[in-house]
Amino acid sequence: MKVLVPVKRVIDYNVKVRVKADQSGVELANVKMSMNPFDEISVEEAIRLKEAGTATEIVVVTVGPQQAQETLRTALAMGADRGIHVKTDAEVEPLAVAKILKAVAGEESPELIIVGKQAIDDDSNQTGQMLSALLGWPQGTFASKVEKDGDKLNVTREIDGGLQTIKLNLPAVVTSDLRLNEPRYASLPNIMKAKKKPIDAKTPEDYSVDLTPRLQVQKVTEPAERQAGIKVETAAELVAKLKEAGVIG
Amino acid sequence: MALDLETRDQLLSTIRRFVEERLIPLEAQVSENDEVPAEIVQEMRELGLFGISIPVEYGGLGLTMEEECLVLFELGRTSPAFRSVIGTNVGIGSQGIVMDGRQDQKDEWLPKLATGEAIASFALTEPEAGSDAASLRTTAIRDGDDYIINGTKRFITNATKASMFTLMARTDPDTPGGKGVSAFICPADIPGITIGKPEKKMGQQGAHISDVIFEDARIPASCLLGDVEGKGFITAMKVLERGRLHISAVCAGVADRLLEESGRYAAERKQFGAPIGNLQLVQAMLADMKTEHYAARCMVLDAARRRDAGEDVATESSCCKYFASEMVGRVADKAVQIFGGAGYVADYGIERFYRDVRIFRIYEGTSQVQQVIIGRNVVKEYAE
Ligand SMILES: Cc1cc2nc3c(=O)[nH]c(=O)nc-3n(C[C@H](O)[C@H](O)[C@H](O)COP(=O)(O)OP(=O)(O)OC[C@H]3O[C@@H](n4cnc5c(N)ncnc54)[C@H](O)[C@@H]3O)c2cc1C
Repeated sequence: MKVLVPVKRVIDYNVKVRVKADQSGVELANVKMSMNPFDEISVEEAIRLKEAGTATEIVVVTVGPQQAQETLRTALAMGADRGIHVKTDAEVEPLAVAKILKAVAGEESPELIIVGKQAIDDDSNQTGQMLSALLGWPQGTFASKVEKDGDKLNVTREIDGGLQTIKLNLPAVVTSDLRLNEPRYASLPNIMKAKKKPIDAKTPEDYSVDLTPRLQVQKVTEPAERQAGIKVETAAELVAKLKEAGVIG
Repeated sequence: MALDLETRDQLLSTIRRFVEERLIPLEAQVSENDEVPAEIVQEMRELGLFGISIPVEYGGLGLTMEEECLVLFELGRTSPAFRSVIGTNVGIGSQGIVMDGRQDQKDEWLPKLATGEAIASFALTEPEAGSDAASLRTTAIRDGDDYIINGTKRFITNATKASMFTLMARTDPDTPGGKGVSAFICPADIPGITIGKPEKKMGQQGAHISDVIFEDARIPASCLLGDVEGKGFITAMKVLERGRLHISAVCAGVADRLLEESGRYAAERKQFGAPIGNLQLVQAMLADMKTEHYAARCMVLDAARRRDAGEDVATESSCCKYFASEMVGRVADKAVQIFGGAGYVADYGIERFYRDVRIFRIYEGTSQVQQVIIGRNVVKEYAE
């Protein structure tokens, strides 16, 4: 089974993001960038499927600027087999990414695409679902467990108040949730070997995808600052204060 | 061969992340239990840390000295006890084989040392031979196809876990000083070797040292490092010279961590209605810490690059070890001062670093020994 894993280069999750003065977005200059953590989980899952003998080849794909190649290299160092870099400096919205991925899937014919449930920069949580719709493939979103079952795939989903296990026909799109696995560190020897793994250079034009934005960002603002807390003496006082603040009825 | 910058950055950021996510949270526990957890050692193996200095053809990463120092700047940002886990395989335990070993010795040991499957220790110091290592008394007497070893080695790092020792012993008891000394690759699991109880130490709990006692321990003659007797002391000195840059880089790494901790604390801790970081006397301490750390870092990188380029850096390596180890002592002292009472109580971990870094001025050549080497070389250079 061939597995396709899209990966995105985002601000490192440890970085304290700062909003640009003109509120048009967040500061990206000299900020540490890394692979989207949910994509790391997807790559890890693909590697585990390969180690279990279920997956045969792992192809990672990214849409983004030149530096996004580093993200592909990280995935290759973790254990993916080859990469595809769809190079663009433009802002790409989830729909455009989904269209590019659809075209890549058309060329690669994977049996499974594992997409992060969302990217931690814009938190859209749309790409996987859109991709599944465009391809007309079944989708298993927010996966916390993935298991091949004959020619089907069992996906356990994290839903409100519990877990739901569904059986999907293949090919399928799965989006990974936090508890799917704990991604490994790329080993140092593998980081060095990743340099030799192939990366195909492509452009959105190669797939005839129009990247023109359909959304417009109005304004980006900092979260409200946390107010200083107070200390209470008794539980009764706590309840009274919470009622006062309108937190409980 | 040096790595391209992108690969090097990936390597370093992976180590930084491993240090932040896996090692730093365990610092207090390791100190408390006097043990680095087995799963962490396993993760270090999987990461490839044991093999950073071992040539690629034997399964290591074959990093240049500069790259090794950059790795240690990162690994130095946590308790030095973690570094000690890989320290002897990367440095003093393995480099004798890399530098002067025969092909069959390299083939036998280096692949296992690179993966961490085997642990190497370096056994030079003895109860009566510390700074004056050339006076060592342990003997290795040829007996047919074997050598018979007798003597006691002291304060040997990782001896309790060692699979083998790079052992310096006197093959010619009639020749005093270094000329009578040979180096051996001595397996640890043979009759006649007793490993002492780990010593109780001032710091770096989790890293262990102990005596290694040889009583008529018999090893095949093929365990002699290289082909001829009498070269062991030279090998030991070459290994230590290289090790000085490694230790200097660790010192710079720890100083970097202490600087960060102190800077953060100074920005947060309020006295007299404002952060103590606003006080110029506190800033003066931070400025000294920063300046000295920067100086040590630059020295280490300069010496490492020159070594990679084939220059003789014996003097510079001693300069680095002398300055960096003393520097991190001063930095740790100032960190305690900036933290005030919190620097003295255990919860903040600053006093632990203060104790941990004290050894850097003592092992692999004390500060005085470094001064002796530097001074002697300077005089030699300018004497006609
Ligand atoms: C934690 C730890 C780990 C160690 N690991 C190892 C290891 O793995 N392998 C190993 O072989 N050894 C190891 N050692 C031993 C270490 O290298 C020695 O302790 C060190 O070389 C100093 O020797 P010494 O303790 O005998 O001190 P001494 O040589 O007795 O020195 C005592 C004092 O005299 C000074 N002094 C000595 N000679 C001179 C001189 N010529 N001029 C001026 N001052 C001088 C010294 O600087 C020092 O201040 C370790 C020690 C420790 C504590």
